[in-house]
Amino acid sequence: MASLPPIDLPEGATGKGEFDSPQAEVPHDVRFDYLLRLGDDSLILGQRLSEWCGHAPSVEVDLSLANMALDLIGQATHFLGAAGEAEGRGRDGDALAFHRDVLDFRNCLLVEQPNGDFARTMARQFLFSTWQKMLFDHLTGSCDPLIAAVAAKAVKEVAYHQELSAEWVIRLGGGTEESRRRLVDALDWTWRFVPELFEMDEIATAAAGCGLGPDVGLFREDYDRRIRSVLAEAGVDVPSDQRPILGGRRGHHSEHLGHLIAVMQFLPRTYPDAKW
Amino acid sequence: MSKDWPLWEVFVRSKGGMAHRHVGSVHAPDSEIALRHARDTYTRRMEGVSLWVVPSAQISASDPEDDATLFDPAADKTYRHPTFYDIPEDVKHI
Repeated sequence: MASLPPIDLPEGATGKGEFDSPQAEVPHDVRFDYLLRLGDDSLILGQRLSEWCGHAPSVEVDLSLANMALDLIGQATHFLGAAGEAEGRGRDGDALAFHRDVLDFRNCLLVEQPNGDFARTMARQFLFSTWQKMLFDHLTGSCDPLIAAVAAKAVKEVAYHQELSAEWVIRLGGGTEESRRRLVDALDWTWRFVPELFEMDEIATAAAGCGLGPDVGLFREDYDRRIRSVLAEAGVDVPSDQRPILGGRRGHHSEHLGHLIAVMQFLPRTYPDAKW
Repeated sequence: MSKDWPLWEVFVRSKGGMAHRHVGSVHAPDSEIALRHARDTYTRRMEGVSLWVVPSAQISASDPEDDATLFDPAADKTYRHPTFYDIPEDVKHI
């Protein structure tokens, strides 16, 4: 995680767009928690996608999924590194990724859901990347120079994830009877995790209040419109609303995250001083 | 899965002004996905600025059995090589 080069902060990364107003002081704990959310979303989905490595339906898809995983883990490196500095207790990005337990992770529940079949992986990616793209678009105007800079770099990666997953959703929907059935099942499975993406809890509200991040409600309609339009092109119905499952941002995770973390953290925990 | 997908030949332009070069092939269900597979497979280390994909089935190839007829006659025609000219140092990619 520590091997990526430092990124250059673009000039004028602060004070543009909708956050261009006098800023309140950003409370330390809000910044730490907000950075953890951003970093953990990318880290956990990156780890999930990397589980496909060597198992994808074709070598080309194997590379697509691994590329996305690497993009996401790169984002996590920056966000978690900054979170460690914000916390000020001597933990770096690696310490946060590899030496925290399940209850301390702040990712949304959608990204920790198991890969399932290819359709479920793509449905999850489509629902998440569409949201992450809109979030990062807004974050390029964050009052925090680091968040703005990482978002400016990552938004191009995420735009690609969004397009690729949308293309696959369309093809699975319009493919064979089996691919269509699998896509419908996949959307049905993942749909209940979408409302959490748009939850404005205490931290999200505080972050929006001081210009750290956007009010995610701002792009809820755009999100719904985009999802509807891709699903229409895929020839499948938008799933009916289900009881939302919330709690990831507060550390209340599904049983799946513990297993993911056990695999992810095994090496650095077993061999604490191991070097590449 | 990939054995059901047609094959596409991939061409990458390494930078502006250069010609697209054949770099390999990918399997994909259609040209749009073929472009994305080509991007993910062949340009992940900044190899290119532009991509072409062409259905492999659309390429007509010479028959190896005709090699002697097609290519051997060129073997002793050294006068066709532009080796009798001095190329200015500033001229690249010749």
